[in-house]
Amino acid sequence: MTASNIQLDEQGRLKHFLSIEGLPQGLLLEILSTTEGFAPVGRRPVKKVPLLRGKTIVNLFFEPSTRTRITFELAAKRLSADVLTLNIGDSSTRKGESLLDTLRNLEAMHCDMLVIRHDCSGAAHFIASHVCSEVRVINAGDGRHAHPTQAMLDMFTIRRAKSDFAALCVAIVGDIAHSRVARSDIHALKTLGTREVRVIGPRTLIPPEIETLGVHVYHDLKSGLQDVDAIIMLRLQNERMQGALLPSAREFFDLYGLTEERLAVAKPDAIVLHPGPINRGVEIDSQVANGPRSVILQQVSYGIAVRMAVMSMVMSSAAKPEPH
Amino acid sequence: MALLITNGRVIDPAKGFDEVTDLYVSARNIKSIGKAPQGFRPERIIDASHRVVSPGFVDLSARLGGGGAEHGATIVSETQAAAHAGITTLCCPPDTTPVLDIPAVAELIHRRAQLAGLAKVRCLGALTRGLGGEQLAEMYALKAIGCVGVSNAGRAVYNTEVMRRALEYAGTCGLPVVLQPEDYWLGRLGHMHEGSVSTRLGIPGIPATAETVALSRDLLLVEQTGVRTHFARLSTAKAVELLAQAQAQGLPVSADVTIHHLHLTHDAIGDFDSMCSVRPPFRTAADRKALRAAVARGVIAAICSDHQPHDVDAKTAPFGATEPGVSALELLLPLTLELVRGHVLDLSTAIGAITCRAARVLGMQAGTLEIGASADVCVFDPERKWTVTEDTLLSAGKNSPFLGRELVGKVTHTVVGGQVVFDEEVNAPAAP
Repeated sequence: MTASNIQLDEQGRLKHFLSIEGLPQGLLLEILSTTEGFAPVGRRPVKKVPLLRGKTIVNLFFEPSTRTRITFELAAKRLSADVLTLNIGDSSTRKGESLLDTLRNLEAMHCDMLVIRHDCSGAAHFIASHVCSEVRVINAGDGRHAHPTQAMLDMFTIRRAKSDFAALCVAIVGDIAHSRVARSDIHALKTLGTREVRVIGPRTLIPPEIETLGVHVYHDLKSGLQDVDAIIMLRLQNERMQGALLPSAREFFDLYGLTEERLAVAKPDAIVLHPGPINRGVEIDSQVANGPRSVILQQVSYGIAVRMAVMSMVMSSAAKPEPH
Repeated sequence: MALLITNGRVIDPAKGFDEVTDLYVSARNIKSIGKAPQGFRPERIIDASHRVVSPGFVDLSARLGGGGAEHGATIVSETQAAAHAGITTLCCPPDTTPVLDIPAVAELIHRRAQLAGLAKVRCLGALTRGLGGEQLAEMYALKAIGCVGVSNAGRAVYNTEVMRRALEYAGTCGLPVVLQPEDYWLGRLGHMHEGSVSTRLGIPGIPATAETVALSRDLLLVEQTGVRTHFARLSTAKAVELLAQAQAQGLPVSADVTIHHLHLTHDAIGDFDSMCSVRPPFRTAADRKALRAAVARGVIAAICSDHQPHDVDAKTAPFGATEPGVSALELLLPLTLELVRGHVLDLSTAIGAITCRAARVLGMQAGTLEIGASADVCVFDPERKWTVTEDTLLSAGKNSPFLGRELVGKVTHTVVGGQVVFDEEVNAPAAP
């Protein structure tokens, strides 16, 4: 079964949102245009639309998260859904049996949508392939595999600043190997027709054969940033310094940290994105993070609108005529 | 029992024999081929017209459950599956629960298998105590109880000195050593082959070097100690190359490969198909090609099932959280025959890889139709189609990436020690 099969219904509408891979360009554009419609809601005095009134959405977080969890919660509330967040904590020792049991329990409570974050790659696919047909699943991050709503908010942010993807060169910098954001961004950028996608990082943090995803690999930050239109910085987890992947945060910053000086080789109007939370002085200098090219806080506000868009789209594919 | 298997295509790769003829069995042994022994009165006749009569298959690795790890599968259920598959001798690796590092565990397995009476079960004893890789197991005692070799199963012996001493001590006991080469450090975090598919799915990878680094080290230790060593479950092209070099150099080394590694690559994982979680992992098409060629050339002597029956829960989880392994006893023959139809192997080499060549690597008396040998025989219809489903597999483990696939080649009769232990008319599951 391919990703697109399980994510789409017979009419090709979005049924679950698990990964960007396998989704047609038209669908990504539809998500972006739907997001445009929801973007103003947060600035209104009454920040609510009644689209998902009476629907129950469960945020199922097996991995700690603040930003993603809160923006999903806000998105659900602004769509007037009833939302429940379960923080299940560290799941590294959790077995599938209990994951499936958790799922069965939530089904028994007649939930309409599950938003799941899990530290195992493929967890959202697993849930979506076992869930009963009325329930919708949105992936809020699975292991190193995918984080599709983050990718769509990154695309929305880039499109707001730049418009035409076919003219753009975008660089993704840092820990590509462990990053679900990088993988989803790559698929989204490629699907939207981006002229060139680059990944930049030390060999220890670039997964093998990443070129097969259609990107160019750079190990040198300066040459990788040459003339780019947008830079997506990735968060570097502290645990990367404990193994044999990197000697120290300081050396990483010396080689790959984004500073004003290094930014100078990019296009003059290049924008800087970061999925957050940022490590100042590890992957990005404060001056850049707070500077005029940073769109990091816009990403956060757009994140709510993107999640509203995706939630409303998957629920509308579930809508069926009321029985008489 | 006096048994006559008549009019079948009798193939015995051990002797290069291939003729349509009759096979006579009495007093548990092969009595004659072609000509009736004097005064032979069959108590039972099996008509093998249009069928192949081959030595019963010899499987170098099959987990039989019965411990805590695979509840559901038992020695009875899995030897039933073996009989259904035409497998008459199978080797149980030492990673049982409890670990097969003391004679009592081997004795228990032997006794239960004898009681079931469906297949000959041979044990591989532990190479190190508890498979911990630190202290030697009591190999002499394990040999005395009947273990045919010693192995650390899938657990690494990362202390090189322990590996050297274990080889030397096994050599002293006259036991062949079975090693599954995987470098602990390179493999410990991985769940699948490191390459384009693991990169796409974001699943931590097991690089090919996890196998070749361990294999290179162990080959040098074999060169130093001269101890007979069998490398189990090879998965990479480079390992085949290293092994062929060692064989050319005259080292006493052999190897096997699983039947599923000869068919599947990492692409089969698709979108996280946990049925394709195996160890060593499915690798690339180039690796598969090299493994196939190695079997054809004899560099890899044997094909095994590496049967690992799991209950449903063990495979019902996100990919990385599932138990690796495939339930494969009953696919050993049809998937091997598929390689013959695909012109990868000739029939004699294919049958040889699951009979005499497998038996030889551990010095077992099995896998041949020689006069006087134990009458372990398999009769199969090489053209019969059947579909792999949960119902057509007798094993308690239904975990197979081939579920739903139509395969060709079906065992109709299995004979162990002159006794018919499987007859499709009597024991067959639901017709396909």
